[in-house]
Amino acid sequence: MIPAPFEYVRPTTVEEAVQAVAEGGEDVKIMAGGQSLIPVMRLRLAAPETIVDLGRVAEMRGVRDEGDVLVIGAMTTHAEVITDPLIAQHARLIAEATETVADRQTRRRGTFGGALAHADPAGDLAAVALALDAEMVIAGPGGRRTVPASEFFVDYLTTSLDEGEILVEIRVPKLSGDWGVRYEKFNRVAQAWSIVAVAAAVRREDGHIAEARIGLTNMGPTPLRASATEAALAGAPATADAVAAAARSAAEGTSPSSDLNAQADYREHLVQVLTRRAVTAAAGL
Amino acid sequence: MTRVSMRVDGVTYTDEVEPRTLLVHHLREALGKVGTVVGCDTSNCGACTVHLDGQAVKSCTVLAVQADGAEVTTIEGVAAPDGSLHPVQKAFHEMHGLQCGYCTPGMIMASIDLLKENPNPSDTEVREGIEGNLCRCTGYQNIVRAVQQAAGELSGSAATPETTGAQA
Repeated sequence: MIPAPFEYVRPTTVEEAVQAVAEGGEDVKIMAGGQSLIPVMRLRLAAPETIVDLGRVAEMRGVRDEGDVLVIGAMTTHAEVITDPLIAQHARLIAEATETVADRQTRRRGTFGGALAHADPAGDLAAVALALDAEMVIAGPGGRRTVPASEFFVDYLTTSLDEGEILVEIRVPKLSGDWGVRYEKFNRVAQAWSIVAVAAAVRREDGHIAEARIGLTNMGPTPLRASATEAALAGAPATADAVAAAARSAAEGTSPSSDLNAQADYREHLVQVLTRRAVTAAAGL
Repeated sequence: MTRVSMRVDGVTYTDEVEPRTLLVHHLREALGKVGTVVGCDTSNCGACTVHLDGQAVKSCTVLAVQADGAEVTTIEGVAAPDGSLHPVQKAFHEMHGLQCGYCTPGMIMASIDLLKENPNPSDTEVREGIEGNLCRCTGYQNIVRAVQQAAGELSGSAATPETTGAQA
């Protein structure tokens, strides 16, 4: 299968990219690594008039340290994220989840920002960005703006990116203190898409859980926080029983879909089990 | 049409392509590199795996225009100039790592990429390393054995060139 014809533009700066999107006509698609976009174009589920390929925008690639925050360029590939020393040190949860994304070849091309902007509910990185209180830096014709992850994911495959806007980089606050992290994922072996997954970061203090942040993958059209479980864990003793009890409310406030892989009630069950496992591991229990 | 230039298996080619042309189609139809095959057409099977600037990618999920200026290595470019097989090719042959052979070019290109990163992978690491490649003939048992035999030969040959086929 071959995509429908399109105009191809390959800018080298964010400014040029924003301009290219503005001039691209009615139906412009921004291509990051292309690992989701090319497949849907091959199937002709998308037939954009213009493709703006960000592959040569060097300033959008790489990770830098800005004190309390790591800044990850949207075009940083999954393979680069997995091996990045700054991410390993300050945001290991991202690397752990990224290792489960797709396969070796796809991780070479697919990008952190592309996955977030695509906003597939079964994608792994949105829940992690949400759990870590990441912020999205967005460039558009009117300049730049910053949107917290909690406002970025709007609906199924839908973000708060307006037409003409590009996700440029992602600001991830470093975890300070004694944090443990874990990404627990349930998927079919032949498909790396999550049926359900749970991203957990847990801070322990004096035998207690001081704070837990839990992001849920594929428990609704957008990533969600397990707020009830987070509240139950704050100040709870760091014991297997306390974690198990808190994990039982992990499905509260979620709205999982039913599909060929799982019915909604099964997802509600899975999310409790995976939350228990993720928090237990992150708490070092 | 867009002009692209890329070095494929050591030879530079410059062509006019439609932007929608997939790299695998460019390799096969314009350059005659038919050793790289199209399997599933859905980015799942990995049969079309080639190296783009030294990294394994699925060439059905890369546009030819994206490879402009890049170095591409296909299965046709991994053997030595005298025709002697790459250690991974040789190991697939010796360990019967194929039946119909359709997945083999992609399996070998993914395995070479894996072994560059992890010269001595465990059974599980091999299986994870080639998770983007599907074989529908049989189990993956002999493929895993082949990759491990190649790992032994590649790491052994660095120290003692005369050693062949040693298990790591």
